[in-house]
Amino acid sequence: MSAVIENHHDDHHHGPAKGLTRWLYTTNHKDIGTLYLWFSFAMFLVGGAMAMIIRAELFQPGMQIVEPEFYNQMITLHGLIMIFGGVMPAFVGLANWLIPMQIGAPDMALPRMNNLSFWILPFAFFILLSSLFMEGGAPNFGWTFYAPLSTEYAPPSTTFFIFSVHIMGASSIMGSINVVVTIMNMRAPGISLMKMPLFVWSWLITAYLLIAVMPVLAGAVTMMLMDIHFGTSFFNAAGGGDPVLFQHIFWFFGHPEVYIMILPAFGIVSHIIETFSRKKLFGHSSMVWAMLSIAILSFVVWAHHMFTVGLPLAAEIFFMWATMLIAVPTGVKVFNWVATMFRGSISFETPMLFAVAFVVLFTIGGLSGLMLAIVPADFQYHDTYFVVAHFHYVLVPGAIFSIMAAVYYWIPKWTGNMYDERLGRLHFWLSFIGVNVTFFPQHFIGLAGMPRRYPDYALQFADWNMVSSVGAFLFGFSQLLFLFIVLKTVMGGKKATGQVWEGAKGLEWSVASPAPYHTFSTPPKVD
Amino acid sequence: MFFRFLRNLTKSSTLLLAFLLVPVINADWFALNMTRGITDISNEVFELHMLIFWICVAIGALVFSVMFYSMWAHTKKKNPVPAKFHENHKLEIAWTIIPFLILIAMAVPASKTLVKIYDDEAGDINIQVTGYQWKWQYKYLEDDVSFFSNLSTDLDEIYNLVPKGENYLQEVDEMVVIPAGKKVRFLITANDVIHSWWVPAFAIKQDAIPGFVNTAWTVVDTPGIYRGKCTELCGKNHGFMPIVVKVVEQEEYDLWVDNKRQEAIKLAELTTKDWSTEELVQRGQEVYEVNCVSCHMTDGQGISGIFPALAGSEIALYDKDRHIEILMEGVQGAAMNSFDYLSEVELAAVITYSRQAWGNAEKGDGEVVVPKDIVEYKEPKI
Repeated sequence: MSAVIENHHDDHHHGPAKGLTRWLYTTNHKDIGTLYLWFSFAMFLVGGAMAMIIRAELFQPGMQIVEPEFYNQMITLHGLIMIFGGVMPAFVGLANWLIPMQIGAPDMALPRMNNLSFWILPFAFFILLSSLFMEGGAPNFGWTFYAPLSTEYAPPSTTFFIFSVHIMGASSIMGSINVVVTIMNMRAPGISLMKMPLFVWSWLITAYLLIAVMPVLAGAVTMMLMDIHFGTSFFNAAGGGDPVLFQHIFWFFGHPEVYIMILPAFGIVSHIIETFSRKKLFGHSSMVWAMLSIAILSFVVWAHHMFTVGLPLAAEIFFMWATMLIAVPTGVKVFNWVATMFRGSISFETPMLFAVAFVVLFTIGGLSGLMLAIVPADFQYHDTYFVVAHFHYVLVPGAIFSIMAAVYYWIPKWTGNMYDERLGRLHFWLSFIGVNVTFFPQHFIGLAGMPRRYPDYALQFADWNMVSSVGAFLFGFSQLLFLFIVLKTVMGGKKATGQVWEGAKGLEWSVASPAPYHTFSTPPKVD
Repeated sequence: MFFRFLRNLTKSSTLLLAFLLVPVINADWFALNMTRGITDISNEVFELHMLIFWICVAIGALVFSVMFYSMWAHTKKKNPVPAKFHENHKLEIAWTIIPFLILIAMAVPASKTLVKIYDDEAGDINIQVTGYQWKWQYKYLEDDVSFFSNLSTDLDEIYNLVPKGENYLQEVDEMVVIPAGKKVRFLITANDVIHSWWVPAFAIKQDAIPGFVNTAWTVVDTPGIYRGKCTELCGKNHGFMPIVVKVVEQEEYDLWVDNKRQEAIKLAELTTKDWSTEELVQRGQEVYEVNCVSCHMTDGQGISGIFPALAGSEIALYDKDRHIEILMEGVQGAAMNSFDYLSEVELAAVITYSRQAWGNAEKGDGEVVVPKDIVEYKEPKI
């Protein structure tokens, strides 16, 4: 007991510790949020560099700069790093920064676990990336790692890949438990569930999805490990196993996973559109119900990734109808955003530009997703560049644009400085043009018949591949401008007020900018 | 300083734009859409695709026009005082129910087409299609014809040493031949990893999975050559195992089947022929270049850490029996599969080749394997 009392005496200095140990030992949600965000940005650049290699190879038909074997390693690592290292940690970083401030809590509920869940991540990615330098090369079976290509036929580094996926999974599960416990227990009095800000809601749902499916992924990779090293035959047909079982397990994780990467984006975009339309969000509770239905449906649509594996007719029809059903709640969200803007008083600062682009481009990705749900048509689309175009539309101008929008929107609160609006807009337009020039032609390439994961292609695909590569270079290099803008803002700039944005609502805007190291030590009053 | 950079950026972006325009102008604007294909099913799929496409375009146009209108008309300048509404139950019910009805309108015809595609009756002709790393095997179940189909594009074209041909990466050494107007059923499976057999003109895409047999069928009325590809990542040469189907009239098909049978008989005769080492090495090199080179490489060095070297390998130098055994049975838990589907001549030749090439003959025993050795291996052991 006495130790606890002594700790109270120590509590008098409110600033962060000095030096490197501040970051290593920190249990402060804002510090950990910052760590997550920088880490994810570093991974974004690494995964992006791989995308540049991929697009450079595809610039022209023929093999030019890499060998097919290395190309496969690039597509695998690009996918894994962008998903597990880029998008997911960025959202966790935003959750750390924003959830306590939006619900009026002093910190996350489990601060030490928070530290742990971040600090195991760099090790996971160190292990994954080190596989590039191992004998036999890095994993080369695509981010979906279908067995038996990923078991019997995989390079030796696969074991390291499995270990790193386990660490990422552990980190995600700890992070999610922390989010759930914080939201359930630490809301300021007066914030009922239905009054919770949408970003908090989106993360509550995301956290439950993560807790539900990360163990499934862990199970899948553990079965792979057993098949590789301990003589089991889970996925080996010759030993009585079932390669299709792998796909069922993987996509039972994988489909909720794609919503894990988009639900927090829904939350972010709702806040931004509301703020810059200067009008209350249309249909707050229908937004919540829409997200809940999307999350629940995400568990019963996994086999739409597997329409060509030879499922029985009844299964094909069930998964087609269930998948199409998701369009209803997703449509509701888009309509709500448009209705929020309608007769608002809109201004287009950088966060709003990204948010508006999100709505348009995410909708395009959603519509092509609807097309992919139609089984007979999917027989033509499946595993072509049409699919690549579809999921990049929902992930790049979807998830990633929402993260950039969030950074521009909240960075004045984080640093106390306004970012350079002119540069922000330039960054937006370069990214917007780059993303569309890259991914829009991929719809054409796919429909015309180019399969994905091809290091080389027939001559009729040459022109649009070249266009796509030019767009990719533009998009890729524009992100260095983003880095520059963020650094510039961290170092100085016009001072931000506490309110920052004229139309912003929510508890995080009620504290000073930059937000003090400790906020809401006593719960705020909410009516 | 920064604005000088911006000015440079404008200049270079003009350059970029010009760079972008060249391929855009040259692009084949008719190759933007899905192929209509040449079967009834592929036409139905195409119509379905266009139907959903236009519905999506209409939805997009509607939503975006409202949105763009409000971005134009409801700016802070033009509409300084925002409206107060944030709910409208009638509207919300409408935009839940109407999309639901549109979805049903799409799902019903899609389900109907799907039922047609799932017709599982036997065909007039049944062909077993087996995916291998990285080639396709076709077995005509009624006609006792069987062969492999490999990419025939020259490596020099792939590595940009010579100009690329018209059918670059879409050509094979032996096409699948099917007769026009007959129902052909494909029984699709794989020998090693998962592949996927896709011919867009027939709207057939079925995964080839080891341990499973998937079926797909087609009736093609128009003779011609139709090209397809492997669409499931299956390793290093996933992009280099195309499919070419040649549809011919019935008479031509019968002739082709006869020819294939004659070839098989001739091949069997070769087994009993006396082979000289030179002949075997020469034939073996051909077999090696088709079947082995992608993993063990032209110089026999393999790829360190994944595919073992044959040059200087203990087995290739001293252990003839194990060498035969590996080719016949494969290696458990490794990427090396059984090659027992090759003919005795091919097996003997390729083993002899790898025991002679890359200085192996000088370093090791250089023993020659003849087709008879393979026949003996295959005989039941007492």
